[in-house]
Amino acid sequence: MQEIVVLSGKGGTGKTSITAALATIGKNLLAVDCDVDAANLYLLLNPQNYREEKYTSGKTAFVHADVCTVCGKCVDACRFEAIRYFNDSIEVQETACEGCQLCAAICPAHAIEMIPRDKSRWYEATYNNGYMVYARLFPGEENSGKLVSVIREKAKALAQKHQLDTILLDGPPGVGCPVISSVTGTQKVLIVTEPSVSAFHDLKRIVDLTKNFKVKRYVVINKYDISIALSNRIEAWCVEQQIPVVSKLPFDKELVEAMIQCKSIVEFNPLSEYSSKMQVVFNALLKDE
Amino acid sequence: MKIAIASGKGGTGKTFVSTNLFYASVYDGNQITLVDCDAEAPNTTLFLKGVCESIEHVYSYFPSIDVDACAFCGKCVEACHFNAIFYLSQKKRIHVLNELCHSCGACSYVCKHGAITEHAKSIGTIKRIAYRNTSPIAECRMEIGVASSVPIIKQAIRNVDNDAMVLLDSPPGVSCPFIATVETADYVILVTEPTPFGLNDLRLSIQTLQQMGIAFGVIINRDGIGNQKMENWLNEENIPILMKIPYDSLIAETYAEGKIVSEINSMYLSKFRELMKILEENSTEQRVALCKK
Repeated sequence: MQEIVVLSGKGGTGKTSITAALATIGKNLLAVDCDVDAANLYLLLNPQNYREEKYTSGKTAFVHADVCTVCGKCVDACRFEAIRYFNDSIEVQETACEGCQLCAAICPAHAIEMIPRDKSRWYEATYNNGYMVYARLFPGEENSGKLVSVIREKAKALAQKHQLDTILLDGPPGVGCPVISSVTGTQKVLIVTEPSVSAFHDLKRIVDLTKNFKVKRYVVINKYDISIALSNRIEAWCVEQQIPVVSKLPFDKELVEAMIQCKSIVEFNPLSEYSSKMQVVFNALLKDE
Repeated sequence: MKIAIASGKGGTGKTFVSTNLFYASVYDGNQITLVDCDAEAPNTTLFLKGVCESIEHVYSYFPSIDVDACAFCGKCVEACHFNAIFYLSQKKRIHVLNELCHSCGACSYVCKHGAITEHAKSIGTIKRIAYRNTSPIAECRMEIGVASSVPIIKQAIRNVDNDAMVLLDSPPGVSCPFIATVETADYVILVTEPTPFGLNDLRLSIQTLQQMGIAFGVIINRDGIGNQKMENWLNEENIPILMKIPYDSLIAETYAEGKIVSEINSMYLSKFRELMKILEENSTEQRVALCKK
């Protein structure tokens, strides 16, 4: 079994469209959406859920006002500025609370209770080419990195159960905790970039991050024809870094049209230049030992 | 006044809008500050260049455990709700896993043996540049391998003058880094694109902002691609559309090269100057009323 994650650093370079294309070329695949903050892969793969589970993303402090003496010890102790005075009482800002429980531990009046946050969900599903695991982080809830770890564990178990060879992970943007959770333990990273100064800058950061992992790296330059000069510079840089550029994909308006019809580009127009290049990417990525 | 420029989905044009609004405001001779809060992928200074005035490091406190003083009671392990302490009681092995640590201080609070001390470690920087020698830009930049950019964002926003006009270029998504940015804002501009991905993620952002009670308006970028569903939905929900930016290859090309389109094209300059004037209106009600015209 192999795990392949699609990353980019900069958002909007085409991670999800490319993951969906790969996920609709092969058979017996398991697709996982690790961008739990802005999960979009399900819009293209149309999964049929057969399992829905609660995800408890830690706990949030709750102050029982009738017990609280407003001594302020919790306000001073909280390092996340999540507790403050409000009209002669103590107020917790739920979105800032990280659930460390220090306040509950130090409260002399035992007025603080930790309430589980359980509004996020994860799903197991089937789609045309195999299985899918994805999640929805309830807006404002924390620990998206932990939720990524949870769905990846579920995905691995599912892949073993159904003898699926390849897990395709659609990663989140950036280089922070959900990205680290998405790349940990995978074998291959496909980095999607585009010819813009910002995407190039962020490509360097994601390449830097992945150096700390034992992974094979591949790059695709999406919309390469927006600036061929910059594409060439990015390609030269990748060669210097000894990272293969497996394809340069053209700017193609059909990607949006496919999205509107809830299809991947290879389902929408299998004969287009973009789709045939995706076939090459698929082979380069999945069959490389 | 602080205005955050945000989006659920990445790559919809947050930095494009932030840099052009900033440019238009500087053009009009206004005092304005721009904070790039996308510390994981900071891009504003690729477009707006200036002389670097200072670089400030942001530190988080990470505990270290002195095994000679440690009684191996396991209290710190129990207190840590992030599983950041590796502990084998029988083998007398204990240490902190920095990548899981949230620097909350619970372990050092519960340790009764004085075995835990906290050490500052740099997690990123705030770089200040002066654009055209007058207008400050602060760039948050997280170090590679660090899990959370939140302390850097909070520090950068704390640094800015509260009375000034401040633009905050937000990170994507709806979790901690986004929250840390928008919770300080008086108003949020959500930048989206009229596609199914754009609409899906815009709804999540709006749900979050409504929960937090922060006023917002929407900019539709790359108008003309995709379909009408976005605009219909916004109209049904009575959400103000602040601006529509057409899908234009001029924008794609200038942006790819690291240039500000308002500097090159007077039509875009006047669009952003106009929007900046609306945003500078004092109250949210006035802003909403103006946008609906």
